[in-house]
Formats: sequence, C-alpha cells, structure tokens
Amino acid sequence: MALALDRPLSVRLRRPSGAGVFAAAGFLALALVAAVLPGLLAGDPLAADPLHVLEGPSAAHWFGTDQLGRDVLDRVVHGARHSLLIGVVATLIAVTAGLLLGLLAGLTHKYADEALSRSFDALSAFPLLLLALLFVAVAGPGTVGLVVAIGIATMPHYARVVRSQTFVVRQAHYVTQAVAFGHSRTRLVLRHVLPNVLGPIPVLAVIGLGEAILAAAGLSFLGMGPQPPSPEWGAMLSEGRGYLSVAWWTTVLPGVVVTLLVISLTVVGRHLQRRFEGRHP
Amino acid sequence: MTDSRVHPRTPTPDPQALPASLNGKHVPLTAADETRDAGPDARTLLVSVRELHVTFPHRRGDVHAVRGINLDIHQGECVAIVGESGSGKSVTARTLVGLAGSNAQVRSSRFEIDGRPGPFDWRTLRGGFAGLVLQDALVSLDPLRTIGAEIAEVLRVHRIGGREQRVRALLESVHVPDPDRRARQHPHQLSGGLRQRALIASALAAGPPLLIADEPTTALDVTVQSQILDLLAERHAAGETLLLISHDLAVVSRLADRVLVMRNGHIVESGPTATLLSAPTHSYTQQLLAAVPSAASRGRRLSHQPTASSTTAPNQPAPSTTPNPVPPQSSTTPNSTPRSSTAQTRAPQSSTGVRAGQAPSTSDSDQLPSGVVIEATGLRKGYGAHIVVDDVNLTVRRGEIVGLVGESGSGKTTVAQLLFGLTPPTSGSVAFEGAPWTGLTERRRRPRRRRLQLISQDPLSAFDPRWTVGRIIAEALPASIVDQDTRRRRGRSDAVQTLLERVGLGADLLDRYPRQLSGGQRQRVAIARALAPRPSLIICDEPVSALDVSVQAQVLDLLADIRDTDGTALLFISHDLGVIHHLADRVLVMRDGVVVEQGPVDDVFHNPQHEYTRALIDAVPALEVSR
Repeated sequence: MALALDRPLSVRLRRPSGAGVFAAAGFLALALVAAVLPGLLAGDPLAADPLHVLEGPSAAHWFGTDQLGRDVLDRVVHGARHSLLIGVVATLIAVTAGLLLGLLAGLTHKYADEALSRSFDALSAFPLLLLALLFVAVAGPGTVGLVVAIGIATMPHYARVVRSQTFVVRQAHYVTQAVAFGHSRTRLVLRHVLPNVLGPIPVLAVIGLGEAILAAAGLSFLGMGPQPPSPEWGAMLSEGRGYLSVAWWTTVLPGVVVTLLVISLTVVGRHLQRRFEGRHP
Repeated sequence: MTDSRVHPRTPTPDPQALPASLNGKHVPLTAADETRDAGPDARTLLVSVRELHVTFPHRRGDVHAVRGINLDIHQGECVAIVGESGSGKSVTARTLVGLAGSNAQVRSSRFEIDGRPGPFDWRTLRGGFAGLVLQDALVSLDPLRTIGAEIAEVLRVHRIGGREQRVRALLESVHVPDPDRRARQHPHQLSGGLRQRALIASALAAGPPLLIADEPTTALDVTVQSQILDLLAERHAAGETLLLISHDLAVVSRLADRVLVMRNGHIVESGPTATLLSAPTHSYTQQLLAAVPSAASRGRRLSHQPTASSTTAPNQPAPSTTPNPVPPQSSTTPNSTPRSSTAQTRAPQSSTGVRAGQAPSTSDSDQLPSGVVIEATGLRKGYGAHIVVDDVNLTVRRGEIVGLVGESGSGKTTVAQLLFGLTPPTSGSVAFEGAPWTGLTERRRRPRRRRLQLISQDPLSAFDPRWTVGRIIAEALPASIVDQDTRRRRGRSDAVQTLLERVGLGADLLDRYPRQLSGGQRQRVAIARALAPRPSLIICDEPVSALDVSVQAQVLDLLADIRDTDGTALLFISHDLGVIHHLADRVLVMRDGVVVEQGPVDDVFHNPQHEYTRALIDAVPALEVSR
C-alpha cells in the first residue's frame, strides 16, 4: 500500500547504554595507564615470596599469589604492556597491509584483483589461531613472530573492506570529474580515493584490536609468545593451569581481565561506529 | 502566528462563504481570509481547514513548515497546491491524511474532514476517504508483492468483497492493458507509467471521494506524464475530487480548477486557474510564471536576479550563427596543445604556451575550420547484443549550445559518456578540437582533458564529500596559475573567488562543505569548477532537472551568460523540451539510441518532421494561458 506507517516501530535494537560505554572507556584508560606506567599501579611482578605461595585473594594480595608467591595483580598489571603492545603492533601491520593490498585489488582489473581476492579468501578460510600458529611455527616462538603472525592472519578482514570501498569510490562522480582536470592516476588515488576509503578503518581497527589481543593471549598460552617469567596474560594462564584445582585465582582472575579488555574494546568500537557512520552493524 | 497571507483572487468574497466562524467553535476569521471562489457552496465540503500550522520540533530551532493556511476542497473540484521545495505543499497534503509525521505538531482553528471535526480514525480515512498517490511508484509499491496483491490489500483492509473482479476492474479503469497478466506481475516488471497507473488504481481501490496526488508525474517521461495527466483528467471529469500537489505550473494548468501558490508555509495567492495564471497579482507568482523556460521565453532572461557576469544584452544572437573567419591552420597537431595558462578567468588570454611559436594556446577551436569543437561520427555503443547508441553523428561548434533531448533510456547520457571519453565506443570516433579523441590512451588524452568539462545532474555526488568549496574549485584550476605566481596561495585563492563571483556566489562559501549548500548553490559551484580550466566545451547532463523552477531559471541564465561572454560551447542534455527550446541553438532528438531528428531548435519544435518529435512536443503540458 502506498501509505507509510504512522510512526516508527517502538521496538528498539538493544544497544550498549551510555553507562556501559563509559565503564568500558574507563577500563580501557586504566589498561592504558597500566601499559605505559605499570609502576604507578602495582609492585614488582617478578618478586617471589616463598612464604606466601598460592594464597587466595586478600587485602594484601587482591588477586592472591601464584606458585612462586608472586602477586597475581602485579603480574596482571604489568602484563597489560605486553598484551596491548602486541595487539596494537599486530593491528597496525594488518591495517597497513590490508590497506595496500585492498587498494591494489580495488584499483586493478580482473586478474590481479581475482588473485588477491582469492588469497584473502584462502587466508580467512583458516581460523585465526590456526593460521597464526602456522606462521609462528615457521618464524619460531617469541614476541616478534607472534606479532607478525597475528598481523598477517587478521589482514584479509581490512583488505576486503578497503577493496569494496575502493570499488565504490572509484566509480564516484567526483573521481570522474577529477579526470576532467587532467590529473594523473596517482594523484587521483592519493587525493580522492585513498582518503575516502579510509573512513571506516579506524573504527574497525579498534574492534580488531580486541581480536588481536585475544589471539595473542591464546598463542602465548600455547607457549608461542613471550617466554616465562614475563608476566604475559596468556603465559600466566598457562602457568596457573596446573594449580587450577587448588588455586583458581591464578587463572580465573587474569582470564577475567582479558575478557573485560576485549569486551571493552568491542563496546567502545561499536559505539564509535554508530557515532561516525550512523549505521547499526 | 495568526496572520494568514492569503491574497484572495475573488474581488468580492462570497457572502455565503463568510461565516466560517458562525458555528462558534472556531477562531473568527475576516472576510479576506476566505479562500473559496464563488459558486461551489452547493457542493459538499470534503475538507475544510483553517489556520493550519504544522511544526517539526528540532534541536536547533523548530521547523515551521506550514504557517496558518486555509484550505477548502469541495466535492468534484480539482484543487492544486503549487510551490517550490520547502514551501510546505507536501506537508499540507500529508496532514490531511494524518501522515505529517510522528513528531509533527499540528494546530488549527478548524480541521474538518468529510464534514466532521476530529479526532479521526486515520486508517479508515486513508484509502476510504482519501487515496494518496506519491511521486515514485517504484518505492511506493511493495517490491515483493504483485500489484494485484497490492490492490487487493486495500480492498481487504476496507472489507470490500469480490476482490479479484474488482482488481481487474480497477486496473482496467486506469487503462492498464492486459490487466489479468499485469496483476500477477511485480512492480519491477512494469514500466514507470504502468507502475504509476497501478499506484493510482490502489489509491482508488476503496472508492475514496478524494484523491491526493503528490507530484504524481514528476519522475515520469514527458509522454508518460501526458498519459497519466490524461488519466487524472478523466477521473476528474468522472466526478472524482482531486488535490494535486506539484512544482510544475504547466501540469497544474492542465488539470486544476483552482490553484493555491505556496511559499515558506504561506499561501501567497489563490484563485481559479485561468485567472491566476493569466493575471497573477502576487510578485512571487509572477516570478514563478516568468521563470518557466519555453519557446516564448527564448532569448529572454528568466530570473530577476542578475548574475555577476551578465554583461551582454539579452537576445544576442548566438556566435555560432556567424562563424569566425578563421585562419586555416593545420588541425592535425593534437599533442602539442599546451595547457591553458591564464590566471584570471575573464581576461583575454595572455599566452605563454605558444604553439609553433605563434598562436595563443587557449582557443584552439578558433583556429579550426568553422570552429568545430567536437565532432562525433558514426558513434555506436553496445553492451553485448544490446545497442544503446546507434550511429550518432554530432557536431558542436564554438559558442554554440546544442540540445540533446530524449526520454529515459534513449541513450543521451551514454552519448555524453562517449564524448567525455571514459567509455570507449564500440565503433565510430570522436574528434575533439580537430584532433582524435577516442582510441587514445588516457595518458595521451590527459593534456587536453581540461578543455572538455562535465556538469552532472547531481552535483553533490560530483564533489568529494571531505572537501570545502574553495578546495573543490581550486582543484580544477590549471597548475600554471601556481607556477606563474610567486605568491602561490594568493593567486590561487583570488582565482577561486573570481570564479565564485562569476557564478553569483560570495566568498563566504569558500569554507563550506557541499552538503551544507542548497541545490542551486551546489550547481553554481559545479559550474564555477567547470569554468576554472577554461574549457572550450561543457557537457551538461540534465544540469537543472533537480532544481526548483526559480533556481533553474537562474542557472539557465548563468549558462547563457557564459556562452555569450566566453564563447564556450555547451552540449545540453535534457528531457525537458521547454528548457532546450529556451536555451539551445540546435537540437538533436534521440529515441532508442538513434537520433531521429536534428536541426535548428525553432525548425524542429515548430515544424517537426519525425512522428516521435511530434508526439514528444504534443505531450508537453503547456501553460494553457497566453502570456
């Protein structure tokens, strides 16, 4: 029928409330401080205390102590630097590579585009962890290998977005118009295509950061990341695993922190997405 | 808020129409507020509205869309509301069926529908009392349902039985051929005209006494528009009451008994159609009428507002009619064409780039035999077996405005793309300024690109959304402006400002973004940008189709000025014959990819040889009043 509805349906999609976004942003700020100035929030993560081994949470040790008597909270706070650094650098690698390859795929014709797109498909066919594991296996364990592995494994996501965005922008009238001013192809791409393709990337990167951090923790858990005694979250989970039945806090509390960080990043990322793009994913 | 700026057409208000206030419930109105014309009081009042205000609350100041209008619609009448975008005409119509919007605040001293005051059961009234026909049938019809189901739905809501027969009868009544088959089809399988008919059928389904048509023909081709207007006229003749909302005075003049002219939420003038159109009293109505481009307005300025560059007298003959006695010069030196090097847009070219050490560089077409700017020969474009453009030959000379007219799907935009050179033709060739243009690599075309500019229908999409007006225009300036000027930025921004002045815009727009501009301002910026590289030809693809008539008038005047002062040739593509007749020197009529007729515009329009041209011209709704 030609008539529109009286008013928009009053059923609203559930979205994070203002308070939730606020709390998430606060938690991220805390994590950032922990990563930059861990000494401000916690003591020495490596100070062992053989007299207080595997003690439960108390006023002195909020998160309890581990099998060597180290304060779990101190270790978690210091671990933020490892996790955030790995996550940020891996995401930067992924975004840069994704941008270049996506732009290349979007601007070239047929064969190059096909080849690139199919390789993105092949990469995303494997689960993130499995793929990263493969790269670490090739490059060897350690922080650098881990970062590169996660970067490559998350790249196709950005590359796909950039490629489809490039298709839209290069068809846009303003690019056609710019052709009429006799500008070179390189200039068109740098002045018009690239800046207009970039739009959704920062927000995607914030959400992707959580994914990268989770992958980093997972690989460290498997012993592919920073080696003990570094206070890396995944490594901590792995170390505490043997004591799970007697000292749950050595694994559960660091795990909760990782979960909260990833959720916070997602909540803030989605919020930014709504703010800047005005659409609901 | 209570001042209602109604200028009654009727010199003596009908005494019977006076006592709008007599039933006591309503705010008393003066005699001057009465808008009824004499006579129709014997007929039933379907709609009677007084002092209607519609406001949309908004964070940054409320939008007062309708500001105290009075409206009566009698049984059997055809009332038209005419106005430009933002005048409040559509809001008025939608308010009558309770569709002003969920956040609209509606106030009035009287709001009677079908002789009853509110509150109304809108669901029964919609379709039952008033059928609504909107502009774009493609979005107004559910794409997942057949049109038969669409119409049957209305019947079901209003509990009318015998649906199948009625659907068939309704489709027949709006002259849909082969109604049984069409009823089983989906909207996308129908042409624009058939869709609009189906929409009208669904609006008529429950037999409403009032039919509200909001821009019913605006999205349609002129021949289809003519058919739909015939259909509406037929319904009107059969006793249907019509409320017609339109921006197009010509459409209105063909149908309406009474016209109300709206502007900024007020009714500025109202009266019987013939009187109002032949002797408008309000200056806005006069402007509106004067702004309509047509054969009669040829050579005359349409707008009252002079543009900055209107230095030439009106009615100046086209430069093309007196071809320059040009020095015969080799026209086969395509690659040596240097870029335009002049900074100030209006100053005559001071040459720095010199070809063969003699001639000024910027006006190659001057030196070409007969000043041919672009010449297309045997142009053909096909996608697979589907031929979009077939054997088109086209020549544009220096300073000439050539109109290319045709309905949607006739291939006129494809011709523009082929001439612009981003789409290669399947066969045929284009020569630009005497040198080959098609068949070159883009790299070889690039040095000459600036000489050929493009203006599209939707300037908003033609601007990089992140750029300001200043930067958009500066991008189009030749690089040489910077090279020559030691104070680089100064020279550039001066040139941009000169261009803005030229199209009648102020420097205050420099830092604005395209989305912050009005439609007319955007199109002016697009023109300024097209002028920046000093082109010899501008291809204008429906440049005024999205504009209001008074803004369209200003833009058309501006384009005429540019041709007169610069000698820039224009290829003007439009579906609007009035616009073409007003502006163009020569015209080509296209249909299904073929040019069916071409020649000087007066010859073609006054003495059309091809039957399609004749049909096209007959279909144009003329203002049925001699001016």
